[in-house]
Amino acid sequence: MTAVAVAGVGIHPFGRHGELTATAMGAAALRDAMAEASVGRGGFQAAFCATAYGGVAAGHRVLGALGLTGVPIVDVEAGCASGGAALALAAGAIRAGQYDTVLVVGIEKMPKGVIRSSFFPQWMEEGGLAATPAYFALRAQRLLREQDVTVDDLAAVVVKNRAHGVHNPDAMFTSAVTAEQVLGSRVVSPPLHLWMLCSPNEGAAAVVLRRADLAGPGAVRLDAAALRSHLPGSVLDESTPLSGVEDQRITPPTQLAATDAYEAAGLGPGDVDVVECQDTDAARELISWVELGLCPPGGQSAVLASGGASIGGTLPINPSGGLLSKGEPLGASALGQVVELVRQLRGQAGARQVDGARVGLAHTIGRGANASVALLTT
Amino acid sequence: MTDPAPPLSDGLFRAGPGAADDGTITLVGGRSASGGRLHFPRSPVCPWTGADDVEDADLPRTGRLWAWTTVTAAPPGYSGPVPYGFGVVEFDDADGVLRVVGRLTVADAAALRFGEPMVVVAVELPTERGPVTTWAFAPDGTDRP
Repeated sequence: MTAVAVAGVGIHPFGRHGELTATAMGAAALRDAMAEASVGRGGFQAAFCATAYGGVAAGHRVLGALGLTGVPIVDVEAGCASGGAALALAAGAIRAGQYDTVLVVGIEKMPKGVIRSSFFPQWMEEGGLAATPAYFALRAQRLLREQDVTVDDLAAVVVKNRAHGVHNPDAMFTSAVTAEQVLGSRVVSPPLHLWMLCSPNEGAAAVVLRRADLAGPGAVRLDAAALRSHLPGSVLDESTPLSGVEDQRITPPTQLAATDAYEAAGLGPGDVDVVECQDTDAARELISWVELGLCPPGGQSAVLASGGASIGGTLPINPSGGLLSKGEPLGASALGQVVELVRQLRGQAGARQVDGARVGLAHTIGRGANASVALLTT
Repeated sequence: MTDPAPPLSDGLFRAGPGAADDGTITLVGGRSASGGRLHFPRSPVCPWTGADDVEDADLPRTGRLWAWTTVTAAPPGYSGPVPYGFGVVEFDDADGVLRVVGRLTVADAAALRFGEPMVVVAVELPTERGPVTTWAFAPDGTDRP
């Protein structure tokens, strides 16, 4: 099958941008990605736009703002993994020989605070059962109980990611924090404190994918872009059901997607040099390490204590600062991870560069459940 | 005595099994004859297997606390009191365990422990369409309305 390369990337900083529209942010990110790829009107055959809250024809508005409509434009919603889903569709179309060059853009402009979602029926909202951060907290409590993780470890994840984010001008938060500050922030839902939760915000990211044989030597390759949903039965997975069964033998969606991605790329967890993974909350990052095969259950504390997941460590995780630094514009976040990894693999990450990185893994997991895992190589 | 508020949604639970005034209710789930497993709330199709041979099945009266936290700010669409407890209770069934999500009558997370016996009770909540009755998990023997 045809190999796929990343011909260009672009990002609009994640944060709060006043009156600036998601369309304008998407157009800015897409213009940068297209400039890197030397692609203009007529140079691509399709576009996928990832957004969860962007409304009808969001992608048409972004491409329309740049005078680029005429090709098929498809909006993609897959919760937190929307960008990963758009990437998977675009890459699949190139691999299948349908297109040579495809634009992928993710946009979002989220309200502040806890996100209202059409996912829950009205009666669940009325009953106080649509309490998103509380579900995160229940998952965190089980992690602490089952995998020898402590609340101090959760704080250490925040300290690590915020330290990385200091060097990322596209992040929302660019100041370092201490464990004492994290543990001193308000308890939202025990064991989770406010600073252990990412902030829904605004931003955009774009990626131009191209047939590898047309992308020129040295281009970063997208060797896998996998998307999976949940298997039924796990009460605390991101599908947020009201009941579940014993789930020890139910493979979580992240593990399903990772297995697909490793197999497609002919790689394993031991080949990965740098990771961008879902840190919706600090516990989610530590759960993801295990589900991605990067750490044995119960091994997270030792990795954090040794600095192994920090830049300069054995396997840096979230060198961009993660969602805890960048915030989470749902449609843009997965593509923002790809932008980060492409820059890491090109050696363009500046003060947050992971030396010698050749294989990068991007992971998102969220409502649906949807999980995406992409593997990028150079 | 006033009539109880209507249920949050139809088919989630019924009165009893305790005395009429002790607030206990029974959660009504479904059981697939072929799969044999309980689920909640009752679905036309077994969510675990996809089988469509589902019949009503009462959940046990008591379970064990498996996970819990506190909701400190009103989530979207909710106009009841905060803070409130929120958690998962395990119910034993012939073919295994069913874990069910619900609010708790205890908001203070430090006052609860893993495996604590819990019973299902009715609580009334305000909503924009008027008061409704929903289910909640209460420590067995305490906090019974």
